Amino acid sequence: MLQALRLVRRASTFRTANIASKNTRSPARSFARSCVAYSDAHPTSLDAFTDEEQMLRESVARFAQDVIAPKVREMDEAEMMDPEIIKALYEQGLMGIETSAEHGGAESSFTSAIIAIEELAKVDPSVSVMCDVHNTLVNTVLRTYGTKEQQDKWLPLLSESKLGSFCLSEPASGSDAFALQTRAVKDGNDWILNGSKMWITNSYEADVFLIFANVDPSKGYKGITCFIATKDMGIKIAKKEQKLGIRASSTCSLSLDDLRVPAENIIGGEGKGYKIAIEILNEGRIGIAAQMLGLAQGAFAKAVPYTFERKQFGQAVGSFQGLSFQQARAACEIEAARLLTYNAARRKEEGKSFAREAAMAKFVASEVAQKVSGAAIEWAGGVGFTRETGIEKYWRDSKIGAIYEGTSNIQLQTIAKFIQKQYS
Amino acid sequence: MRPTAARLLNILVPVKRTVDYAVKIRVNPDQKGIDLNVKHSMNPFDEIAVEEAVRLRERFKDKVKSIKVVTIGPPKASDTLRTALAMGADSGIHVELEDSAPAPEPLGVAKALRAVIAREKEGVDLVIMGKQAIDGDAGQTGQMLAGLMDWAQATFASKVELDVDKKEARVTREIDGGLEELRCRLPMVVTTDLRLNEPRYASLPNIMKARKKPVEKVSPADLQVDLTPRLETLKVTEPPKRQGGAKVANVDELIAKLKEAGIKPVAP
Repeated sequence: MLQALRLVRRASTFRTANIASKNTRSPARSFARSCVAYSDAHPTSLDAFTDEEQMLRESVARFAQDVIAPKVREMDEAEMMDPEIIKALYEQGLMGIETSAEHGGAESSFTSAIIAIEELAKVDPSVSVMCDVHNTLVNTVLRTYGTKEQQDKWLPLLSESKLGSFCLSEPASGSDAFALQTRAVKDGNDWILNGSKMWITNSYEADVFLIFANVDPSKGYKGITCFIATKDMGIKIAKKEQKLGIRASSTCSLSLDDLRVPAENIIGGEGKGYKIAIEILNEGRIGIAAQMLGLAQGAFAKAVPYTFERKQFGQAVGSFQGLSFQQARAACEIEAARLLTYNAARRKEEGKSFAREAAMAKFVASEVAQKVSGAAIEWAGGVGFTRETGIEKYWRDSKIGAIYEGTSNIQLQTIAKFIQKQYS
Repeated sequence: MRPTAARLLNILVPVKRTVDYAVKIRVNPDQKGIDLNVKHSMNPFDEIAVEEAVRLRERFKDKVKSIKVVTIGPPKASDTLRTALAMGADSGIHVELEDSAPAPEPLGVAKALRAVIAREKEGVDLVIMGKQAIDGDAGQTGQMLAGLMDWAQATFASKVELDVDKKEARVTREIDGGLEELRCRLPMVVTTDLRLNEPRYASLPNIMKARKKPVEKVSPADLQVDLTPRLETLKVTEPPKRQGGAKVANVDELIAKLKEAGIKPVAP
């Protein structure tokens, strides 16, 4: 015992001496210092939510079930969003989720927006994307890059009643967004915009438009500038597309013929448009991931109960192993998409890098959405194939997930770049 | 002209956390209760009560001085209070029970509510509460509370009209024969029926604001009430499975079937 004690003492003397001789940077000491640097915050599971977030989820879920669900089929068939739904979203405070209370918003978190988008998509992905684009693109651009005057002017309108749209894509520039052709030329205190935009979500109902145009093509993408304009300035909403899915969400082409926009309506400064577009779309992807996640869950929840009602060979079809294992697999995939999405959202909220995580979440969630909604049709058999039950609609709606706000290939390219940076 | 001193109204709304109305109820294997490990939410009749209180505030503005919600239940029941606050109530009281405590019965709840009312410095003029909770379906608490307080009561209300200055209420209730209208003097207890109103969804800005509203925690001991159940549950079973029905072609066939089943016509 005594001997052991002595040994310890000798060892400690030795270590002290050793540190003293090296003067600084002993491995033991730097290790101890890094220990101190660990945060006290207790890590939580990825699907942990605050009380407010839980309450929001329940409230939006009920709202979607009671108010939106009865209109989903009708809006899909008519390829038209019911104006009452847009009004109701404003009344519920879902159109200014992160906007400050001072500007008429709910002053809530990014994750709250993600939850709302997810819950809306469980019932109707069309309504969901309208809310998503308005919040995660339009509001966010103003909140992030707008001057105080611009925020004071535009955010209250966007929180109270005016729908926003984000106009980047053009007939000849989709994934290659910075090849856009729309030109802006200065004329006194105004800018004159000419060009056309395509695939613009919300544009049929929108009043406020964020338009990307090049002020100096000789500078290439560094000439791209973001303008804010209203419909009454003379934006012409041209053709409304007839689509496979999310048919109630409007997608139109816009023509800008000598559209006069005051210079004060430039957001983020001349030539800063490309930066805005890149950064905002990173964030927007988490929104689309949430939409696709909600879609997958909505399809799953609609088809699975039916498999326990429908009996063949004397038993519920859902109790056959062949079908139940398919459902188990789908549940795993949905869970994976959930965790990717929530994690990307929390990283964004915590101010960490999230471009890679957002790309992964959007890519995986859109694949899962298509797979699960496709399987859901098969689980419900002939009934699932009819339009009456609304299961096939989820599958039609899922296809867009691999296309807008960065195609699946663009997401893979983003993810691949991170791999190359690390390993090549 | 000097305005007369305003008469102000203090409203109390008791709310209960129950198994969500959409959940499929499953009986526990021991047949002593049901599986409570499921989604819970506010008793739907209580939501109607909260909504009515908020609408009274919207109608009478500042004349409704306070809307207080109270719940008796385990720690998780505070979610129910928050929902009520997000709908528009001003403050809450949580009579907190242990997670393991047995569910209180109507008389115990009524006595606890009496004690809560007694603690209110400005008194309570109107209690609006659900006519029943969808878990126990007893439908007794409102009546018992009115009895204990010796207050007027108007149960199963489908319409509530108030005259705040006269401290009077006109309440329409749905009864078997049609509609009955009562005129009552405040303070009183109103219990809500389904058709009184359609509750709002808590909006996101109001959910955010609810976080800052005060909730006071008290224990049954603070209120000096005994919530020990007086009833013993012997057995809980599922309702018998419905046997499939059959269609008959005409009235004659129906009568023949009824006779076959041994049902005899009643003498006129």
